[in-house]
Amino acid sequence: MYTLPGKLKLLAIVFMVIGAIGIASGFLNTPSNTEEVKELLASHSEDGHGNATAVHEETKESHNQVGVEESHENEHLKHALHAYQNRPWSAFYVAAFFFFMLSLGTLVFYAIQYAAQAGWSPVLFRVMEGISAYLPIGSIIIFAFLIASAMGLNHLFHWMDPDLVNPESEHFDEIIFGKSGWLNTPFFLIRIAIYLGVWNLFGYILRKNSIKGDTSDNLTWFKKNFKMSVGFLAFFIVTETIMAWDWFMSLDPHWYSTLYGWYVFATMIVSAITVIALVTITLKSQGFLEFVNDSHIHDLAKYMFGFSIFWTYLWFAQFMLIWYADIPEEATYFVTRIDDYKLLFFGMLVTNFVFPFLVLMNSDFKRVNWFVVLAGVVILVGHYIDVYLLVMPTTVGEHWYIGIPELGAVLFFLGLFIFVVFNALTKAPLLQKNSPFIKESKHFHY
Amino acid sequence: MASHYEAPIRTPLITGDKTYHDISVDVAAPIEGKANKSWWIVFSIALVAFLWGLGCIIYTISTGIGVWGLNKTINWAWDITNFVWWVGIGHAGTLISAVLLLFRQKWRMGINRSAEAMTIFAVIQAGLFPIIHMGRPWLAYWVLPIPNQFGSLWVNFNSPLLWDVFAISTYLSVSLVFWWTGLLPDFAMIRDRAKTPFTKKIYGILSFGWSGRAKDWQRFEEVSLVLAGLATPLVLSVHTIVSFDFATSVVPGWHSTIYPPYFVAGAIFSGFAMVQTLLIIMRKVSNLENYITILHIENMNLVILLTGGIVTVAYLTEYFIGWYSGIPYENYTYLSFGAATGPYWWAFWALIICNLLVPLTLWVRKWRRNIMWTFIVSIIINIGMWFERFDIIVIDLSKDRLPSSWSMFSPTFVDIGIFMGTIGFFFVLFLLYARTFPVIAQAEVKSILKSSGDNYKRLRAEKGDDTPHYTEVSGTASVKKETEKTEKMSSEELSENDKKENINNLLSSLGTFNPDTQTADDLKKISGVGPVMEQKLHSLGIYTFEQVSKMTDKEYDLLDSIINEFPGRAKRDDWAGQASKLKNS
Repeated sequence: MYTLPGKLKLLAIVFMVIGAIGIASGFLNTPSNTEEVKELLASHSEDGHGNATAVHEETKESHNQVGVEESHENEHLKHALHAYQNRPWSAFYVAAFFFFMLSLGTLVFYAIQYAAQAGWSPVLFRVMEGISAYLPIGSIIIFAFLIASAMGLNHLFHWMDPDLVNPESEHFDEIIFGKSGWLNTPFFLIRIAIYLGVWNLFGYILRKNSIKGDTSDNLTWFKKNFKMSVGFLAFFIVTETIMAWDWFMSLDPHWYSTLYGWYVFATMIVSAITVIALVTITLKSQGFLEFVNDSHIHDLAKYMFGFSIFWTYLWFAQFMLIWYADIPEEATYFVTRIDDYKLLFFGMLVTNFVFPFLVLMNSDFKRVNWFVVLAGVVILVGHYIDVYLLVMPTTVGEHWYIGIPELGAVLFFLGLFIFVVFNALTKAPLLQKNSPFIKESKHFHY
Repeated sequence: MASHYEAPIRTPLITGDKTYHDISVDVAAPIEGKANKSWWIVFSIALVAFLWGLGCIIYTISTGIGVWGLNKTINWAWDITNFVWWVGIGHAGTLISAVLLLFRQKWRMGINRSAEAMTIFAVIQAGLFPIIHMGRPWLAYWVLPIPNQFGSLWVNFNSPLLWDVFAISTYLSVSLVFWWTGLLPDFAMIRDRAKTPFTKKIYGILSFGWSGRAKDWQRFEEVSLVLAGLATPLVLSVHTIVSFDFATSVVPGWHSTIYPPYFVAGAIFSGFAMVQTLLIIMRKVSNLENYITILHIENMNLVILLTGGIVTVAYLTEYFIGWYSGIPYENYTYLSFGAATGPYWWAFWALIICNLLVPLTLWVRKWRRNIMWTFIVSIIINIGMWFERFDIIVIDLSKDRLPSSWSMFSPTFVDIGIFMGTIGFFFVLFLLYARTFPVIAQAEVKSILKSSGDNYKRLRAEKGDDTPHYTEVSGTASVKKETEKTEKMSSEELSENDKKENINNLLSSLGTFNPDTQTADDLKKISGVGPVMEQKLHSLGIYTFEQVSKMTDKEYDLLDSIINEFPGRAKRDDWAGQASKLKNS
């Protein structure tokens, strides 16, 4: 049995505490009115950040009518205020989702192993179970966050504003009104509750059967898990797309892309497999998982390599088609990202594609633990940026910065994730005993 | 490759107690034997269709594209539909050979050769359509980036149609190299068995002088892996680029970002359906049921279920986002309420029924293991996938953004003729292949025999996982070694002396065979006697129907005691009865 090392536990707690302080200070330092925003923008332009005011100066010159200028300035400040107020929420949301998707992706990968009757991976099943143990708490946090958004505590989801769908209001938006059959708060929360509920229920049953298998003398538990996994994957492929529409695409309710759901999935699965590899290597280095050999690590690294390319493929497909057609209402998505986030937007191609592609190309390197760890850390950072870019450009716009709220949120969730995952690993032996493929997996060499 | 241990729970991939020699004999049988009547009938039909299509192509080229049913609104229809349909079919082969190789799926070995052959033949059909559609095919080289003085203007690199030229030619060449590499040891096997010097010469050339030394094998494995690594992104890229044809240029201002992965999944979906159609027939005709087992068919059905599921989700996404976008034009595209109820409702529903509803039946285990039903489903899917491309092009174009130009499309006999011609051409190639090429990758199948053959799995189940898979050979004649090998594997074993005595007893009642005065009959004509059993009978001295027809219960028992491969088989199949009929005919 695995026991949680004291140092790791301490580290996790320290992360959580520091992270919580970061999150709190992010919320406390948010400007509450336009005056403060003015000061903030001024101080930022001194620092060389935020050329918003500079742009503003130009527009000032081109407008000669003072009244227009005044209202324009106010409009702008209001906009900036919203962005500043959104920022700590967005930072929290990005980190919460990032760690949530690690556990969800792992659960999916785990289900794929059952459904495909894989023979190489059973020695890693308990690791995967451990990582997916974060799913319930991750789901609760996300769901609570979405309820808070629905209650109007933040303005990330623009379409939740009742004025937009009220034909009497001056802010009436015909396009959003047309979508209100789908984008309305009660239905939004209900469908999210349903798919989160089913995913968690599935994760729970899979784990229960797996534990039962250790003392069972027949294969009923295994067959059950096989059937459950197939059903789950069929359910997941549909609901994952819906999740992507609900949680990210609807942030920008005018914009749409049919590929979006699968693009989010690609980010999810590559990050999850990376985490499986990292946790496996950690446990191995602590002297556990005696049956895991470098062939298993090699296979995980191959998946990291392959899915990194897959992610790039989808990124390119979506980008190319929108760029090629250049239809304004679609291109706006990439225009914001390239105008305001150029470094991150193109930098992420280096971390998510070029780097893992070059490092993990050689088959011998995929068997060297520190190489895999190196590539893995870069991949995770890159996909954090990817999630960041799903959210920030629409909620914060040009007023972004990676500072205390962002780092605080990441640290907090990282601590929580480590704590939950490694704690779950202590709950059961690290090797499934009666899996029909366990011997194949133990003898896995090539 | 992977370690040789295989969990006992896994179903055997090779049935019928095969030995290495059996595999060679079974794979070589269609090449060494003569074509039967049904082969000639099917071949003639295919050839006629091909010639008819050739006539239509010549007519098109000599007259002009006007002989097709195109009009100003629907300015391409069957040509692009057929092109994409064939490219899609050409996807399963490389997927099976490359992606499944990377995933170490052993079941691919029974089917990869034919799937790859199908790929190459399908891509050849696909390549015909752009060339015909050019109108002046003798200028086809203009699509290559050659300097202006050799051709027209510099080619238009902004067009996905040009990207196709590179994608498909690359795909065809890599697939061909991959296919041929795998064929080398198998051609060598045919060469080594060849009886006439001519055949020996031909297969010697085809096998590139394969020697079977360890060095050859080592290079073979390396190059297979490298080619698999190259082919995998190619599988994705080819259909991605084909999807760009549709996603960027069907109706200006309309496109969908899901096209690339959705088209790749759709291509695999249709490709596997075509593999099913071909292999279900071939395994029967060429007696390969032991290598392409029901498990192979089920696994292919599972791939069809998976890719069909992905395609279904893509359809739903298209439909939903069409509504979600709030753009009125979306109601005129191929997956919309407008299409379902408009003049092309039948094409819309053909797509939904064939691609979405019918494959759902494969969720039922009993049905996906039913060969007849699988065959029907595979044909339905092929029809459905044709309609998918037809719908995207024709439904979308039929109601473009200018209502005054809305129109319908009706194909002429030339459109239909060319399409039928390519189907004929495809089958001509495939039928020729089935008679001249080793249709099972026998070298690779042999590599999994000990881990996945049913006899070896049974042996391990009886004696434990660590039992040796070989026995020391002590026979005399080479054929006898083979016989003994199988014999020794079973637990009961007769001593040499007992056996000799039994053979003498057997021959005394059946009569001996004198090669100087008598001619041997083809014992394989007796149902239940395969090439291997025939050899075993020969090794006992049984060569004629006359001898077999004399068998009674006593002789059957004696035979079983000597060859205890299929106890009771001879009696059950009534070999004596069959043989007495055969000897009089």
